[in-house]
Amino acid sequence: MAIRCQFESSSEVGVFAKLTSGYCLVSVGSSENFYSVFEGELADHIPVIHTTVGGGCRCIGRLAVGNRRGLLLPNSTTDQELLHIRNSLPDSVVVQRCEERLNALGNCIVTNDYVALVHPDLDRETEELIADVLGVTVFRQDIAGEALVGSYCCLTNQGGLVHPLTPIEDQDELSTLIRVPLVAGTINRGSEVIGAGLVANDWSAFCGLDTTSTELSVVESIFRLRDMEPVSFMSEAKPSLIENLA
Amino acid sequence: MEQMDTDQSNNLEPVVVTHTLPTILCCTCGVPISPNPSNMCVNCIRSRVDITETIPKQITLYFCKFCSKYHVPPSNWVYCEPESKELLALCVARIRGLNKLHLVDANFIWTEPHSRRIKVKLTVQKEVFNHTILQQSFIVEYCVDYQQCYECRAKSAKMDPWEAVVQVRQRADHKKTFYFLEQLILKHNAHGNTLSLKTLRDGLDFYFPNKSAALKFVDFLHHVVPVRMKNSDHLVSHDPHNTTYKYKYSFSAELPPVCRDDLVCLPKKVSTSLGGLGPLVLVSKVSQNLCFIDPLTLQTGELSGYQYWKYPFLSLLTSRRLVEFTVLDCELTGESQKKYCMGDVTVSRSSDLGITDRQFYIRSHVAKFLKAGDLVLGYDLESANYNDSVLDEYRSLQLPDVILVRKTYPTKNQAKRRRFKLKRLAKKASQNSAMQMDSEHNDYDNPEEFEEFLQDLEQDIELRSNIQPLKMIMTIHKLVSKSF
Repeated sequence: MAIRCQFESSSEVGVFAKLTSGYCLVSVGSSENFYSVFEGELADHIPVIHTTVGGGCRCIGRLAVGNRRGLLLPNSTTDQELLHIRNSLPDSVVVQRCEERLNALGNCIVTNDYVALVHPDLDRETEELIADVLGVTVFRQDIAGEALVGSYCCLTNQGGLVHPLTPIEDQDELSTLIRVPLVAGTINRGSEVIGAGLVANDWSAFCGLDTTSTELSVVESIFRLRDMEPVSFMSEAKPSLIENLA
Repeated sequence: MEQMDTDQSNNLEPVVVTHTLPTILCCTCGVPISPNPSNMCVNCIRSRVDITETIPKQITLYFCKFCSKYHVPPSNWVYCEPESKELLALCVARIRGLNKLHLVDANFIWTEPHSRRIKVKLTVQKEVFNHTILQQSFIVEYCVDYQQCYECRAKSAKMDPWEAVVQVRQRADHKKTFYFLEQLILKHNAHGNTLSLKTLRDGLDFYFPNKSAALKFVDFLHHVVPVRMKNSDHLVSHDPHNTTYKYKYSFSAELPPVCRDDLVCLPKKVSTSLGGLGPLVLVSKVSQNLCFIDPLTLQTGELSGYQYWKYPFLSLLTSRRLVEFTVLDCELTGESQKKYCMGDVTVSRSSDLGITDRQFYIRSHVAKFLKAGDLVLGYDLESANYNDSVLDEYRSLQLPDVILVRKTYPTKNQAKRRRFKLKRLAKKASQNSAMQMDSEHNDYDNPEEFEEFLQDLEQDIELRSNIQPLKMIMTIHKLVSKSF
């Protein structure tokens, strides 16, 4: 099930949260409402932690990027924040600071557990770092002419939602790269900034309160959330797929 | 082999990248659409936004049933045919908030004339959300209410519609300056704001609906003629509670009685201020200033209106008193200034030819234009009778027998041969019968005087250059020649 929620009357939940299959980061708000939505849904399966990134910045979803294996934080992250995140996350997750000029990593990079699309201008070192830390194959791509792939795309191991103006040819090309089905769509009642309005992992998704039932149904069908249980997903033999990709 | 390969690669067709936009679901109703900036289908956008909601759908128009004019705020009244372009423009201009929309189309919807309703169908466009332009049609109903316009109200209340009057007067027996002024007024459309014109003794009254229009006209007069102003206000009514006063303003503008071609004896003070000019001078031009020329020395001088009205003077002899002479002989002396050239001329009165042998041997400033046999107009001082107090100031002044003014031509059918016409101001005669009786003696609209003015125009390029004659007959000739 995809869940509608709101962070301090803002529908841009993707800005204030970072969700992967291994953990969930939630921004510190003035009330705990936003956090409790995530906690209620996810706490049984993965750690849900409060944090700020980049020296007290609350827009963690736009600054940090990560998947089940690792988490990349921008260079403005303080040692204290880094330490807090390292302590809160399981040891299997590699947390790394990244010296990248384009420090809104969440806007420039979109990733699932196997493939990452990155901003075409990103440094080569960063590209290598992404491949090492997150354990993914990296592709420099744009989506519908927009270089900020992280803003205009939401990606999981099940599927992906992209900018509504992405041509069908580009969608085909991207889905052959990523090996998951993609669909063009909107979130938050017609907004095309998918990454800001939606966070998703392999068995759950959270979107802004403005999202209509039509958009919700698109999200649920492309991310296969209808009859998906985390346990059943976990038992699926994903590594075989990786073999195929490699 | 390698060559073959490169050839083949050169022959490869370029990859054509096509961009097919995907189909997405309308975010509210789920209908498949191609993406647009708001990502909603047209019906959903239309149901969510009404771009015409800020526009009033019912508006009142005011209509004066006495003169069939529509009210154009703040204070204009315009006549419009039903379902005309003008009425549509008026109706559309009455809609508030239309400037925030882009008007695409407007047309009338037929309504029964007696219903006193006008319906206009408008089509507008506006940008909604981001970059989505929505087009919408709607009907505005106008309710036509009756209201009397200012003029009709003034008429039915039997009150004068005017608030200010400019009384232009020239107290002279020949109103050359006045005719010239009339042409200037026509050329510059200075009378555009007048309510009416009235002919009165010695001049015209210009009636204006407000004081500012009258002041504008007075300003115009100051620019074209040496005019003397006198203002007076007449209190019509006043309300002591809110201290509003209603006045009628009168501006009396007097033109100098001295006209072009008049012979003037300058008063001593004026003569001294002009560097000892004259004192016997001819008026060469009347514009913003009065221009004089001394026919005996070719000296010239100018007087502004202010200077003239400080020491006003009359003409010694007016152009009415010009007599025709025939030139018998002419010799230039070589003295010249601008277009004038001094010379010795022998003339005799045209009326004397063949009767007596009286000849005058005189100096003249127009000698350049004369040769034996020409006709010339001049003042016959020898036989003239004048009663001028200014002349008495100069005890020792010797008057010449004759002063020549300008060349003339035989007056055979000049009016018939004339190829131009002049526009005239549309005037009403004064309703006061006593005044009318009086004005017969001193009529502004004297056809003979006007004919004289026309002849002046024909003979003077400089005068003609300031006005716009209608080349009526010329154009008719051209038309006739074309049609055959």
